[in-house]
Amino acid sequence: MAKAVDVNAGLTNEQRIEFLQTMIRIRRFEERSLRAYQQGKIGGFLHLYIGQEAVAVGTVSVMGEHDHVITAYRDHGHALAVGMGMNECFAELQGKYTGCSKGKGGSMHFFAPDKNFWGGHGIVAGQTPLGAGIAYALKYQGLKGSCLCFMGDGAVNQGAYHEALNLAGLWDLPVVYIIENNGYSMGTSQERSSAGELLAKRAEGYHIAWDVCDGHNLEEVRQKTAQAIARAHDECKPTILEIDTYRYRGHSVADPDKTYRTKEEIAEYQRTKDPINLYKSQLIKEGVLSEEQAKEIDKAARAEAEEAAQFADQSPYPPVEEITRDVYWEVDNPDHKVSQGRIFFEDPHTDEG
Amino acid sequence: MPEITYRTALMEAMAEEMERDDKVMIMGEEVAQFKGSYKVTEGLLEKFGEKRVIDTPISEAGFTGLAIGAAMMGLRPICELMFWSFSYVAFDQMFNNAPNVRYMSGGLANVPLVIRGPANGGTNVGATHSHTPENFAANTPGLKVACPATAYDAKGLLKSAIRDNDPVFFMENTILYNDKGEVPDEEYLIPLGSADVKREGTDLTIVAHGRAVITSLKAAEILEEKHNVHAEVVDLRSIRPLDEETILESVRKTNRVLLVEENKPFCGVDAQISHMIQENAFDYLDGPIKRLSAVDAPAIYSPPLEKLQLPYPEIVVTSALDALK
Repeated sequence: MAKAVDVNAGLTNEQRIEFLQTMIRIRRFEERSLRAYQQGKIGGFLHLYIGQEAVAVGTVSVMGEHDHVITAYRDHGHALAVGMGMNECFAELQGKYTGCSKGKGGSMHFFAPDKNFWGGHGIVAGQTPLGAGIAYALKYQGLKGSCLCFMGDGAVNQGAYHEALNLAGLWDLPVVYIIENNGYSMGTSQERSSAGELLAKRAEGYHIAWDVCDGHNLEEVRQKTAQAIARAHDECKPTILEIDTYRYRGHSVADPDKTYRTKEEIAEYQRTKDPINLYKSQLIKEGVLSEEQAKEIDKAARAEAEEAAQFADQSPYPPVEEITRDVYWEVDNPDHKVSQGRIFFEDPHTDEG
Repeated sequence: MPEITYRTALMEAMAEEMERDDKVMIMGEEVAQFKGSYKVTEGLLEKFGEKRVIDTPISEAGFTGLAIGAAMMGLRPICELMFWSFSYVAFDQMFNNAPNVRYMSGGLANVPLVIRGPANGGTNVGATHSHTPENFAANTPGLKVACPATAYDAKGLLKSAIRDNDPVFFMENTILYNDKGEVPDEEYLIPLGSADVKREGTDLTIVAHGRAVITSLKAAEILEEKHNVHAEVVDLRSIRPLDEETILESVRKTNRVLLVEENKPFCGVDAQISHMIQENAFDYLDGPIKRLSAVDAPAIYSPPLEKLQLPYPEIVVTSALDALK
């Protein structure tokens, strides 16, 4: 059986500090975006990742050239972890033209295919067959790669996920389903929504390997993810990895978060299991990082988030013509257009189509 | 020109495109070992092997979603649905993910995907297996929709659909699979969005798509023989994009219109066509636009009644005479 080497053994101090820095950057970005939401600058939903940072940073940090990511709507952490800039992300939140999707996707739909990041998908478990498809394409093309398909614990009860699992198990697809188990599917606890205990154990019915992992411990996340990726690369087989984590905020900002869990529960997680505090303390204790450096990292992350917020504020909204662009490839590439006829019926803004 | 069936024309289109581009593959229920529920994929497994001709479990949401993910990565999958009615269990994948990925990524990701299979009633399989969802699909920006009526069109349109960089929903008809038509040996493509005048006439324009074209052509013969009415039959061939000009040119010539479809009438395809004609050719109309659609109820099982639920030549004739009043 493929076994991953110890991916933490050879880490340099700089690498470890960078993991911490990425987690802090994600948190400061999220906190700043919450402010922008409260100021009425972000519409619709805002699903914050605060508390779960070690999952995105740890998993993405062990990816190689042919490893890809697809995720659900709580996607900001993964986006920053794969290297997307705060500016393009913040601008997307505010529906600005400088956003990663030109303001067409919003919070739930960040994309960066150049960084192997295939979205941000808004429907619970809707991305899980797509994740199998990304893995399928890698296998079809003979590439030694994998797809990390992220999902929440609520997604395990959707039919599309089970269809995707059956295909992944049946066809030996190099996909890793990462269940970020934060304990609540929206406002309903795991006990009240999912039969059985370990969600990952459902893998056994599909002859898929599975594991569980402490999502508050960044280096454990790295090791367990590396093991799953090794299985994908060396054996071309899927894994379900259930990572225990916790979100401090509601399901989305619109969730008042007062009916289904106690303030004490949240405070206890913040006090004892915060992934950033735990890793920071570890690095300081091991002499990798000084308190002073930690403060500097935090200050820089706050400044970067503030600059991104300003960038978003100052960016223009997309011009009205953009409503009907990026719908059809052919319409946007008229030199290569081969179809004829009318493709948009009511199109007051442009005469395209 | 050799005559081949609609079924073989579809198979040839897939075989030629698979030959041309190794990123094209086909998956679906019973497409490989079983050779296709309707034998449309017969011979493809032997020719291209099991890597490219893949039997799937009965999991429409799973395999169409998988195909969307694979298409985002650059493959050009063809999914066969045993019935388009089964798209309903995959609605989120087919009608939410496939058309929206390009848009929500601001044009960074594409979905070059064809989903094909029969979308028709008239085969005594009851309401759940007789749906014609071309109107929903055409109502979804980001999707293209084709509904071929003849072997020639089936081949030329499917080849274009496979080369298209956006998702194309390709709706066939089980009753047409055995129909033969002339198909040239040499390669040809029919662009999406090009309607075809299947029969020229001067008194009345009949606009149809899919099997309703064949029904309308039979009606046009009766109209000529028994009523001395010369009907022009315009075959849409694709619903989105739509060739408005060919329709309007015919309407300007005949000044009378009958729209015939196997789609249901309420918010059906021909509601849109009717709107388009009145908006663009109002002054050319000598009478109201008439519509003949499937009778507005779930598809009935009882065989003799089912025949009456869909347009048939005699009722097309009656409707055409009505349109001439």
